[in-house]
Amino acid sequence: MNRLMQLLKHTLRAAGFTGLFMAATANAEISSGPAPDFALKSHSGENLRLSEFRGEVVMINFWASWCGPCRQEMPLLDELYSQYQPLGFTILGVNVEQDSTKARKLLKDIPVSFPILFDNKSEVSKLYDVIAMPSTVLVDRDGNVRYLHQGYKPGYEDSYQQQVRALIRE
Amino acid sequence: MEAAVAAISGHAASFTPALSIAAWLRVTTVLLAVASPLRAGVLPEDRADAMYHSYDGGGVTIDGPSYLIRKGDNKNFSVSANYYVDSISSASIDVVTQGSPYNEQRTQWSGSVDYLHADTSMSASYSYSDETDYTADSYGLSISQSMFGDLTTVTLGYSRGDDDISSSVDPDFEDTADHQNFHISLSQVLTKKLLLSLNYDAITDEGYLQNPYRNLRVLNDPNDPSAGYNFNTPERYPNTRTSNAVSANFLYHLPFRAAVKAGYRYYTDDWDIDAHTAEVGYIHPLWGKWMFEVNYRYYTQTNADFYGDLFARPDQQNFMARDKELSEFEDHTVGFALSYEVLENGWGYFNRATLNLKYSHIWFDYDNFTDVRGNPAVGQEPRYDFDADVIQLFGSVWY
Amino acid sequence: MKPRASLILSLVLLLSACSNIEPWVKPYERAYLADPIMSFGRDPVSDNYLSHVYQVREGARGAEGGHGGGCGCN
Repeated sequence: MNRLMQLLKHTLRAAGFTGLFMAATANAEISSGPAPDFALKSHSGENLRLSEFRGEVVMINFWASWCGPCRQEMPLLDELYSQYQPLGFTILGVNVEQDSTKARKLLKDIPVSFPILFDNKSEVSKLYDVIAMPSTVLVDRDGNVRYLHQGYKPGYEDSYQQQVRALIRE
Repeated sequence: MEAAVAAISGHAASFTPALSIAAWLRVTTVLLAVASPLRAGVLPEDRADAMYHSYDGGGVTIDGPSYLIRKGDNKNFSVSANYYVDSISSASIDVVTQGSPYNEQRTQWSGSVDYLHADTSMSASYSYSDETDYTADSYGLSISQSMFGDLTTVTLGYSRGDDDISSSVDPDFEDTADHQNFHISLSQVLTKKLLLSLNYDAITDEGYLQNPYRNLRVLNDPNDPSAGYNFNTPERYPNTRTSNAVSANFLYHLPFRAAVKAGYRYYTDDWDIDAHTAEVGYIHPLWGKWMFEVNYRYYTQTNADFYGDLFARPDQQNFMARDKELSEFEDHTVGFALSYEVLENGWGYFNRATLNLKYSHIWFDYDNFTDVRGNPAVGQEPRYDFDADVIQLFGSVWY
Repeated sequence: MKPRASLILSLVLLLSACSNIEPWVKPYERAYLADPIMSFGRDPVSDNYLSHVYQVREGARGAEGGHGGGCGCN
């Protein structure tokens, strides 16, 4: 019994320190540094590349038709887009579903004016290490990630607005 | 019928104790009913449900409404309230063999408050149940935490119930029972298509745990079974009971739009009852707006160590019971459910609404509880069995 | 006392590291799990009622049904 307890103690200690190491080196969703470039097919049919928008403030919003908070957020993002687009701001709505049918149907019911891109192979979701739905990334005019929002709760749109205005003024 | 019973039991025909199903209704049912389905990370959905429920089997019919309303502020808080009524008409086998048919009503009010902060949810709930000879208060608290990107949710809960028991036959009788329930559960996403839910409940009861109206069946002459039996001796239950139950439930999404569920529960307590429960179900959405479900449930239990269908002497054991719920038996349920999506795209304030009909048929088969209607001779009593129809008709709206 | 403290510390570190384990089902892969049919407690009023029907007539109580499911959003 005593030997078992000793073994357990040593295992836990080892696990604990491994844990500490893991904690220090674990990956996290991209919240700073240069925004990885990508190209995806858009809702209107043409291919859009992130780097084409260098010079503008870009909001990349990862969403899915089955995600309630994403659907809640869409009309608010559309408002944000119409308000700030003339000042050099764009939103890229990246749909993460492998099958775009439900997404296209949703867009008929909740139409938005900003470009929607289809990430059918989840390449961009992996590139940005998306670990929450929805995920909203704000990229400045130089192509660097400046803000990250994970999830959506009523009230987030106020911080979006503040941050977009700050990035536009830069 | 009553005359026959009176003749055997030696009671005067005018005194026929009413057997209340009330005392059979364990308060722990209320505690579990009150707990809201906690999912850390998101508040429960705002919704309202109105249900008509009906149970008809073994000479007992119970029906009534159940209303639920839940509303949150979409940020941190959600509150819910439930109103539930059982209108009971009972001519069950115990009532018929030991008393007279009766009508009773049980009303239950419950409410809960949920608080959400990041990945942690906390819930506090209260319930009050009332009928002529039984009132019960229960309180519950639980906390839920999600981890690993919401793949895992751990929930811990504690609830407590206090019951006040009286007797419509004996105005001087009054007693109490209290219950405590420790709950822990783990909800785990195993793969893109497979969910697992593990649950554990430790429940302790203390106090008056029996039915004030039910009596034992005892031989008139311990040495001569042909002398018949009587129902003169009241039951004597222990005044504590501790139980443990553990279950595992799986939900699997098939390659087409349908799901299969399977679950198993093991139960054991210090009254020596061991029970196994197994369930399987198949859920299939049809034609866009309909959802169809079929399920099967199997339950089997061993009897309590102080249970007996027939005792030789009134003082044979310290503790004695003849409650069929404590006997060795099994039951099978086959259930069907049909659901119709009334509002697919919302209508004004409402996002979604469904109309639902659920039907279950339950067969109960007792191994050592016998049917003594008609006063059969000792050794000639047939084993008791009966079946029941359970219907639920309800509408739900989400807003 | 000292060895006990290091044991507790190790346990705490292990648990805190747990929060950094990468989810093996990514949020963008949760389409099936977000389907309403993949939820244990779809109709709480109905589930509670049926649990009650059984509890009143069977000796066993506790560990009924399941919890969880859903899209994992937010």
